[in-house]
Amino acid sequence: MIRVVLPAHLRKLAHVDGEVKLGVEAPITQRSVLDALEARYPMLRGTIRDHVTQKRRAFVRFFACRKDLSHEPPDAPLPDAVASGAEAFMIVGAIAGG
Amino acid sequence: MSKVRVLVGTRKGAFVLTSDGKRKRWDVSGPRFAGWEIYHVKGSPADPNRIYVSQSSGWFGQIIQRSDDGGKSWHQPGTPPGEPTTTPEGMPKGESNKFVYDTSPETGKPLTTHQWYDGTPHPWEFKRVWHLEPSLKDPETVYAGVEDAALFRTTDGGKTWHELAGLRGHGTGASWAPGAGGMCLHTILLDPRDPNRIFIAISAAGAFRTDDAGKTWRPINRGLHSLYIPNPTAEVGHCVHRIAMHRSRPGVLFMQKHWDVMRSDDAGESWREISGNLPTDFGFPIEVHGHEPDTIYVVPIKSDSEHFPPDGKLRVYRSRTGGNEWEPLTKGLPQSDCYVNVLRDATAVDSLDKCGVYFGTTGGQVYASADAGNSWAPIVRDLPAVLSVEVQTLP
Repeated sequence: MIRVVLPAHLRKLAHVDGEVKLGVEAPITQRSVLDALEARYPMLRGTIRDHVTQKRRAFVRFFACRKDLSHEPPDAPLPDAVASGAEAFMIVGAIAGG
Repeated sequence: MSKVRVLVGTRKGAFVLTSDGKRKRWDVSGPRFAGWEIYHVKGSPADPNRIYVSQSSGWFGQIIQRSDDGGKSWHQPGTPPGEPTTTPEGMPKGESNKFVYDTSPETGKPLTTHQWYDGTPHPWEFKRVWHLEPSLKDPETVYAGVEDAALFRTTDGGKTWHELAGLRGHGTGASWAPGAGGMCLHTILLDPRDPNRIFIAISAAGAFRTDDAGKTWRPINRGLHSLYIPNPTAEVGHCVHRIAMHRSRPGVLFMQKHWDVMRSDDAGESWREISGNLPTDFGFPIEVHGHEPDTIYVVPIKSDSEHFPPDGKLRVYRSRTGGNEWEPLTKGLPQSDCYVNVLRDATAVDSLDKCGVYFGTTGGQVYASADAGNSWAPIVRDLPAVLSVEVQTLP
C-alpha cells in the first residue's frame, strides 16, 4: 500500500484523519499516486494539480524520504521506500505568507 | 416571527449570524471552512436552505461548497461523503471547482489574452470565484463571477460549471485590464422581470448587459467619466466597483465607481452622476433599501490611495431622493480613529418591514441597523477581515 500524508486543509476536505493508504498499480509515480488519490477522493481534484494541465499547483510540494520531489517529472518512479510503503509520500502546503 | 440569517465571508472562514425580527440579540456561529478565504456566501431566493459558498486559497485553489439545510451541513457538489466517486457513465465526479474558459469554436471565440498592467497581452488565467448569484427561480442554477473576468453558470447545483463565453468574446475583451485588486467580475444582477436580462460589472472593464440570457453582451458605460484611463469616456476600461438595483424597478441602476456615484434610469444605456454632497465619491459598495427604491446607501472612502473613511469617522451615507442629496448616518458607528474599509460585496439589506441594513469591515466588525440606518450596533467586532455580507430574511 502507498502511504500518503495530506496537509490539514485537504484532510478536512477529504473527510480523513491521519495518513491515507492507497492500492496503486505499478509503476509507482507521482502521477499514478495522485490519480489513485483523486479517484478515491474526488473532492481533491483541482486542489493539488490543475484540472486541465495536471501540473502541480505552485504552492504545493511533494516530499518523500527527506527529499523534495516537487520538480521531478510526474512519470518518474518514486523511491522504492515509497513504493514499498516504508515511507510516506507527503503532500505539503509550501511555506508562504497568510 | 420572522428571523434573519446574515452570511459573512472573511479572509479566514465563513460565519453565520442569526437573530429574530427585532435584530437585537445575535447568535454567531463559525468559522466554517476555517483558514480559507471566503469571497462570497449566498442563499438561493427560491430555496433559502440552499446556500452556496466560494472558498479559495493560494495553496489549493478554488472550492465550491453547498448546503441543502440552511448551513447545518456542507458538501462539495458532486462529492458528498459515501457516494460513488464516478457517475453511472463512468465519468469522474469532483468537478465543482473546475472553471475552464470556453475556447471551443462553437461557443467560445478564440479569445486567449487580455491586457496586462504593462499593456502587453496576457493569457486568461482562472484565479477564484468572487461572486455567486443564485437564480431567482431555480435553486440548481447559479451564476459565478470569476477572476480573470468571466461569467460561469451551473444548472446542476454546482456540480459542473460552463462559461457564458459571449461576454469575453463580444469584442472588447482583449483590451480589458486588471485593477489593483485583480481583473474580477464582481457584480451580477438578475432582472426579476426579464429572465433574459443580466447586468454584470468588471474591474477594470466596466458594466455589461445581456438581453438574451447570456449569449451576447454589450458594454453599458455611456456617461461614465474616468480620469485614470487615456480616454475618460471610453467604451470600456472603467473601474466599476459595484452596481445595485431594487427588484421592483430593475431598469434603474445605481453604481459606485472607482470615483463617482452614478445612476441610470434606462437599464444602463446612459449614466449620470449623483455624488452630490458626499464628502468623497470614492468607495466600494452601494445598496438599495429593501422597500424604498429611491433610498440608497454608500460608504464614502477617502481616496483610491487611502482606503479608509475620511477623518477617521465611519459614516454610511443615505440618500432618500435617489442620489445627489445625502445624509450621514453615524449613530452607533465609531466617529474617531476608525481606519477600516468596507469592501464591495460587504453590504446587504433585509426585507423586513423595518428595513435592516448590514455591513462588514476589513477590521472584522459586522454592523447592523434595524431602522434603515438611523442607528447601528455591532453584531460582532473581531472577525477576520470581512470580504462579503449577505442576508436572508426567513419566515
